[in-house]
Amino acid sequence: MKILVCITHVPDTTTKISFTPDGKEFNAAGVTFIIGPYDDFALARAIELKEAQGGSVTALNVGLAETEPTLRKALAIGADDAIRINVNPTDAWQVAQEIAAVCKAEQYDLILMGRESIDHNGGQVHGMVGELLGIPSVAPVMRLDVVGGLATVSKEIEGGKEVIEVNLPLVAGCQEPIAEWKIPNMRGIMGARTKPLKVVEPTVTATSTTVQQFSLPPAKGACKMIAADNVAELVDLLRNEAKVL
Amino acid sequence: MNILVFLESDGSVKKSSLEALAYAHKTAEALGGGAITAVIAGPTTTDLGSLGGYGVQKVLHADDGAFVQVDIMTSAAVLKQAIAISNPDLVVLAKSSLVDAMAPRVAAATGAALATNVVDLPVLNNGVLTVKRSIYTGKAFSDVALNATLRILTVKKGAATGFEPNSATTIVESLSVSLSGSDKALTSKGTEKATGEILLPEADLVVSGGRGLKGPENWGLITDLAKTLGAATACSKPVSDLDWRPHHEHVGQTGIKVSPSLYIAAGISGAIQHVAGISSSKCIVAINSDPEAPIFKVADYGIVGDVFKILPALNQALK
Ligand SMILES: Cc1cc2nc3c(=O)[nH]c(=O)nc-3n(C[C@H](O)[C@H](O)[C@H](O)COP(=O)(O)OP(=O)(O)OC[C@H]3O[C@@H](n4cnc5c(N)ncnc54)[C@H](O)[C@@H]3O)c2cc1C
Repeated sequence: MKILVCITHVPDTTTKISFTPDGKEFNAAGVTFIIGPYDDFALARAIELKEAQGGSVTALNVGLAETEPTLRKALAIGADDAIRINVNPTDAWQVAQEIAAVCKAEQYDLILMGRESIDHNGGQVHGMVGELLGIPSVAPVMRLDVVGGLATVSKEIEGGKEVIEVNLPLVAGCQEPIAEWKIPNMRGIMGARTKPLKVVEPTVTATSTTVQQFSLPPAKGACKMIAADNVAELVDLLRNEAKVL
Repeated sequence: MNILVFLESDGSVKKSSLEALAYAHKTAEALGGGAITAVIAGPTTTDLGSLGGYGVQKVLHADDGAFVQVDIMTSAAVLKQAIAISNPDLVVLAKSSLVDAMAPRVAAATGAALATNVVDLPVLNNGVLTVKRSIYTGKAFSDVALNATLRILTVKKGAATGFEPNSATTIVESLSVSLSGSDKALTSKGTEKATGEILLPEADLVVSGGRGLKGPENWGLITDLAKTLGAATACSKPVSDLDWRPHHEHVGQTGIKVSPSLYIAAGISGAIQHVAGISSSKCIVAINSDPEAPIFKVADYGIVGDVFKILPALNQALK
């Protein structure tokens, strides 16, 4: 099975988010970048499928040279090779077109990625890539099994899950508990240095959206503390002050 | 601005879909009028004519024999068809697991500019439609310009508030959609759904438990309080990782994002990844035995104490 895993290069989940004073750009000073947690789940499942059934796992990122350590991490975790599409990603439509262009040439059986990136939370790329390639897409996928050319997928729905059967090729936007995150071991890290990482120039420039301004939510007021033996006061505050009951 | 609204039904038209209609109505009002059309796929018990109360001029209903299953692929086909017929400037959908997966396909097929996670009404600046989106998992916002003549928005709960439908009625037309082979690529093998519970993503009140509850055998404390309040139940990630509770109750960075009026966090430390999923709650109550727990930094009301004592007392006080 030939598997592509699209990974995002995003701020660590503990990052305190801030922007440049004019609100035009993300303030990346001192920020640690990671493989998107949802993409990390997708990568882990891809490697499990390869280990069980043979084939290959390629990790792909649309981004400039600064994202290469993140791709190397994917190689250390177990991807066989990596592709970086050398362009600054500014919207989902641009990223999806770039990914679709690679997929058209490579004919993957499975194209996995996270359900969404944790920076812009767009969640658009899986569906767009599926549509551009004329193949089905499913998200958010919590379980993925493949037998022959048939995938059995468990997809989250409100308050539960739905089991779906679909023939490959398939695009899946993944989330837990599809697989456990894999932590690279020393051998993986050493091996990753020499695994192929191909840089591809972009094919399209079209975007359909532009960010005009970033902002932070208003600061939260102080927490009002209530004595442990006085829950009646809490009920009163919820009813008459917060007016949520 | 002509607007098309995609509706979902889970028996009757979903509450979130009615909010999408309210959003469309308010948008049309703010941007100088325009026709509102609604489209829905599959059976529903709702009297669709009554949606006229939301200012809808026409409802397109795709529900003929061809429609065996409403899924990502078939509903994308329905929406594409409805766009072709009604030629809107703007398409509005309420965020849901179906819509999140389907809207991007429709955008790619139609060349529309898509904004997901929209939290407020759009504004029109020199002909360019701009929307506010929630990003960094609730930690920030972005104002995004949509540079196409067709725009698609998926809107979050609470994006349009304070709208009451009137008693007007509207016409309902049957929409016939011919599904291609690839539209029928997905075969549903069945769903597993918690029955009789309030759905977490749409809930107005949420009672949530963390590792401080010590084990699944103690969850009665959470469910009893939820029952008294008519609230949905939720949990932190370790709780679902440990299988104390089902995964679909897990709230946070990698789980469900909620935006209720009231979120009660019991025995939850308030890790940044948990808070990411609850930060758009109107009011947060924290119950934790550790006065230094970070949850108190984001809570509106806090009690330092033992969940095993506070939860039953709170339940009693509410009865
Ligand atoms: C990439 C990534 C993504 C993540 N995504 C999520 C996510 O989506 N959602 C999520 O929840 N977590 C997520 N996490 C995990 C997160 O970092 C925390 O580990 C988790 O939220 C902690 O859960 P908890 O508060 O239930 O448990 P703990 O941190 O163990 O906290 C238990 C709390 O209970 C209190 N307590 C104990 N006994 C009592 C008692 N008797 N009475 C009252 N209080 C008591 C303690 O003081 C403590 O504050 C993620 C982590 C990573 C790295």
